[in-house]
Amino acid sequence: MDDDSRHALFEYLLRLGDDRLVLGHRLSEWCGHGPILEEDIALTNIALDCIGQANNFLQLAGSVENKGRTADDLAYFREAIEFKNLMLVEQPNGDFAYTIARQFLFDVFSFHLLEELQHSSHQELAGIAAKAVKEDRYHLRHSREWVLRLGDGTDESHQRIQSAFNDLWMYTGEIFQADKVDDLLFEKGISVDLKSIESKWSENVSEALTEATLAVPDAEQYMASGSRQGIHTEYLGHMLTEMQILTRSFPEAKW
Amino acid sequence: MPQRKGQLKGSPMSKDQNHQGDSQWPIWEVFVQAKTGAPHEHAGSLHAPDAEIALQNARDVYSRRSEAVNIWVVESKNITATTPEDNPTFFEPAADKIYRHPQFYKIPRGVKNL
Repeated sequence: MDDDSRHALFEYLLRLGDDRLVLGHRLSEWCGHGPILEEDIALTNIALDCIGQANNFLQLAGSVENKGRTADDLAYFREAIEFKNLMLVEQPNGDFAYTIARQFLFDVFSFHLLEELQHSSHQELAGIAAKAVKEDRYHLRHSREWVLRLGDGTDESHQRIQSAFNDLWMYTGEIFQADKVDDLLFEKGISVDLKSIESKWSENVSEALTEATLAVPDAEQYMASGSRQGIHTEYLGHMLTEMQILTRSFPEAKW
Repeated sequence: MPQRKGQLKGSPMSKDQNHQGDSQWPIWEVFVQAKTGAPHEHAGSLHAPDAEIALQNARDVYSRRSEAVNIWVVESKNITATTPEDNPTFFEPAADKIYRHPQFYKIPRGVKNL
């Protein structure tokens, strides 16, 4: 593999890993605070799945980079500007409806992405995707069912999840903005065509929102972008200080 | 916007005060099948607003270490059970009808398979 492809693949794996690491950490914040015991367990399960997937992607990123960095090094010793996750996943949990809306918007994207990545020409990447897509199918089922129930539920649940979708919509535009990393890897058959994922995403999301009696927010509004280049909302830095403090204070800590 | 038809029955958001036990959601009994062909066994119970969520919760609570190949859920109120007062009529008569147990019958000598 030439240097350009190697570098692009490293960046791409950081994006895959960081999306799931940051979302997994956000979901883990629900642990002990879920609206009901059973849902607390469900959210924590999904958090663990996400962190497991992140571990696989970041480990592979470390070996592709070939500078001796482990998944832990990448997770705990990078600054916010070096994180390449979507702004969507770093948004704070808000109420349960907000968490579910964020999760659903990401799950639809992640499910279709991993389904395609199973056929990547990069074997290790394809292997990780094949394992993760099974988990994602469940995540999507979970968040989609909740979107239906909250949307088509009571006046209050309807209003809460509608506001969540309205607020989060501005972070959905950048999900499908391909840059030269995507283009180069797509040419080599390693990554996927974001355009085809986008059309599936739009179809699934509008279908679920309509079924849930919710309005699909206007796609022509202002869209934030830049997270794949390290530009983030103010929330990521705060989250990272909490996530990284133990490892940074006691770098050799073990239990 | 279409008319909202659904109602989260007994959900925390709902106004109906039809509480059941320690939660605002109904209780469901979970039956887990460990392998194909094996009987479904009662694993425990949980709270859920409806059957689909009950299945999902059952998966999370009772099969997250992959103990199951199939799960049944049934709302607890749909189970009809005997009461302790039924015991004399239901269960005691069997005790004195020893011919209902296979041990009552003597196996003729020399019979290997019965």
